[in-house]
Amino acid sequence: MDLGIDLGPHASFIWSAYGMVVLVIGGLIAWLAVDGREQERRLAELAARGVKRRSTVRS
Amino acid sequence: MQTLTQRLANPTRFMELSAQLLPWISGAAAVIITYGLYLSFFVAPPDSLQGETARIMYVHVPSAWLSMAVYALIAVSAFGLLVFRHPLADVSAKAAAPLGAAFTFLALVTGSLWGRPTWGTYWVWDARLTSVLILFFLYLGLMALRSSIEDESLASKLTAILALVGIVMLPIIKFSVEFGNTLHQPASVIRAGGPTIDAALLTPLLVMAVGFTLMFVAMHLKAMRNEILRRRVKALQLAEVERAQGQLAAAE
Repeated sequence: MDLGIDLGPHASFIWSAYGMVVLVIGGLIAWLAVDGREQERRLAELAARGVKRRSTVRS
Repeated sequence: MQTLTQRLANPTRFMELSAQLLPWISGAAAVIITYGLYLSFFVAPPDSLQGETARIMYVHVPSAWLSMAVYALIAVSAFGLLVFRHPLADVSAKAAAPLGAAFTFLALVTGSLWGRPTWGTYWVWDARLTSVLILFFLYLGLMALRSSIEDESLASKLTAILALVGIVMLPIIKFSVEFGNTLHQPASVIRAGGPTIDAALLTPLLVMAVGFTLMFVAMHLKAMRNEILRRRVKALQLAEVERAQGQLAAAE
């Protein structure tokens, strides 16, 4: 990788470090987004079936 | 008058407030990290001794700071659960553990990649590196312990106790470079007497540290929101099972 920046003879170490950060942080953000959507989908499914918490069930 | 933690004790109120804050904190983190990367690559000069490889510092040091700060947050949350029974304390601790593990992993990997050209080795079993590796295993232990116990209430309490015991690692890591046998340099930013690092290198580092911290806050809020939704799903599934059992019993 270059991007027009001369990082000297150890450039591969620098790019690897930044690449690993992008990979891990990107993975975390993707996991959080997917997990959030999954929980909202499950809640919507339960709501569609008429399931309510005991405190919100009308007697 | 209610304190902030008391006002946030209601998960529904927390969901409303966090939904409003999340886009602003995420946006601020993205802007500040972008600015920090610009400073790191295009403004900061190479280090006089280490040359260009010192640029790894701008992601290594914020990751390392967060690895310890997130553990401190987990310990405070554990205290809040065990002592004050705060409803969101366990949600906070559970949500923070994988994030803390990720930042600790990044601190270890970027440190190794910095170490190879600087020290001539990726890894050495010295006081600083080994104590951070133990912190990483501690994070994994917290997650493994929680997932291995089916009773969620018991799992929360046992995990909280382990988190409080594990806080002993933080001063060990902090002072390992002062008293231990290590290749790692001593503290050059957070130290008595002020930073020893030049302002040209310190400014990008602090900008990246603020950006990483805001990014963690955003990820933590999102992870807490996910965990609250997960608990609502579980409660509703239990209610559905109970309703079905009641109908079955009535039919018999």
